[in-house]
Amino acid sequence: MSGGPVIPNFGEGSSCVLHNDLFCSDWFTQNWSPVLQPALVQHIELTAKAVGIGFVIAFAFAIVARRFRIVERPFSLLSAFVYTIPSLALFQLLIPVTGLTDTTVLIALVGYTLLILFRNTVEGFRAVPADVLESARGMGLTGLQTLWRIELPLALPSIMAGVRIAVVSTISLATIAAFVRPVGLGHPIFDAIQDNIFKTELFAAGGLAVALAIGCDAILVAAQRGLTPWTRAKRS
Amino acid sequence: MILADTFQPSTFLDAFRFIGNHGWLIWHKAFEQLVLSAAAMGVAMAIAIPIGVWLGHVHRGSFAAINVSNIGRALPSLAVIAICLPFLGIGFLDVLVALVVLAFPLMLTNAYVAVDGVDPDVVEAARGMGMHERDILLRVEVPLATPLLFAGIRTAAVYVVSTATIAAIAGGGGLGDIIVGQSEYRLEGVIGAAFCVTVLAVLADLALGGVQYLVSPRGLRKPRRPFEVDATIAHPAVGQ
Repeated sequence: MSGGPVIPNFGEGSSCVLHNDLFCSDWFTQNWSPVLQPALVQHIELTAKAVGIGFVIAFAFAIVARRFRIVERPFSLLSAFVYTIPSLALFQLLIPVTGLTDTTVLIALVGYTLLILFRNTVEGFRAVPADVLESARGMGLTGLQTLWRIELPLALPSIMAGVRIAVVSTISLATIAAFVRPVGLGHPIFDAIQDNIFKTELFAAGGLAVALAIGCDAILVAAQRGLTPWTRAKRS
Repeated sequence: MILADTFQPSTFLDAFRFIGNHGWLIWHKAFEQLVLSAAAMGVAMAIAIPIGVWLGHVHRGSFAAINVSNIGRALPSLAVIAICLPFLGIGFLDVLVALVVLAFPLMLTNAYVAVDGVDPDVVEAARGMGMHERDILLRVEVPLATPLLFAGIRTAAVYVVSTATIAAIAGGGGLGDIIVGQSEYRLEGVIGAAFCVTVLAVLADLALGGVQYLVSPRGLRKPRRPFEVDATIAHPAVGQ
């Protein structure tokens, strides 16, 4: 089944599908479990993996940069620079190195998340006032305690903002990944474009990608509010 | 569709050789990409800047300005292209809409934050001097907001120029045509074209930086180094 043209299976499609009408609900219900749902699940998995791995790496580097500030500037320059490399090219660039595998897609996606997550984590740590750190030391907190109880909570709004951008942009980039590898919601989109602009599939897959991005963003906003209740009082 | 070329250090040299050998093609595609990007920037500016500036002036709608931006920023470009495709068809217009959607939130948020953040004492003083609301807006607030407002335009320009690459997927032309044509142009063509996209984005940033310098009031001129993204732009949603 995989690899071949998914729709429309000429001969068994309804007249709506054959005429390529605006939205064919029968196609949608028929293809939900074989095409759309697996694509959605893959998309979520890919995003979760990329942001998860990216976060662990970026956080580790940010902790290093917290002590050795010299790392910061080259990294932020690099981050802005990498953002100008088109993802469409980066995916292809990695194929000769890691092959036509899901790993290739994952590496590229992790690469893009690293930069946002690192910068926001570092900025979050930097925004911690020096006198707060001073009083933490005065209270006799160890370095690790200061990090865990003082710096991390205060840096959390910035870190979470970074996670939000990383998640949303990974969802977006993962759709483009389907150009090199048939995974995620980009796959039905590319199929539909090649299949004479099959409208139902474009709306379904595009709509799912939009819903996923906005849904994840909303969940992360809620999570951030829950994690940092003190920031709510300040704004009005 | 995708050929796995063997990858050697010389591939990068080949990429530059490709640029040299295909000069006309590169110019042609780069020009297409610039026209597409400029059109998208123009449309987005025409909508986002007046709305953002006005909301900032009346200090209202911060919730709307920031949330519209957050939702806009969340929209995957390829999904926008896909959803608009049945209405607008393959080609320029479809990709244009996706790029406008990309640029709009950045510009709106920055225009709002820039004007909203102008020192209220200065506005008060202008009002006390008997200036009209229109003059307060155009001769006090907008000039003082220019650096930050322009920073949003610059960031949006970099995103738009590099994202315009995916136009090739929907027949919008540009350097992406070379990047998606690996079977024809081989890996060196892909790398060469990607390099050109990066150069184009950097040039757009520098050019707009020059314009920003010229239009900023003399007292506010602080030449921003390229790529130095303001914290407000990098994450307009911090703590919201």
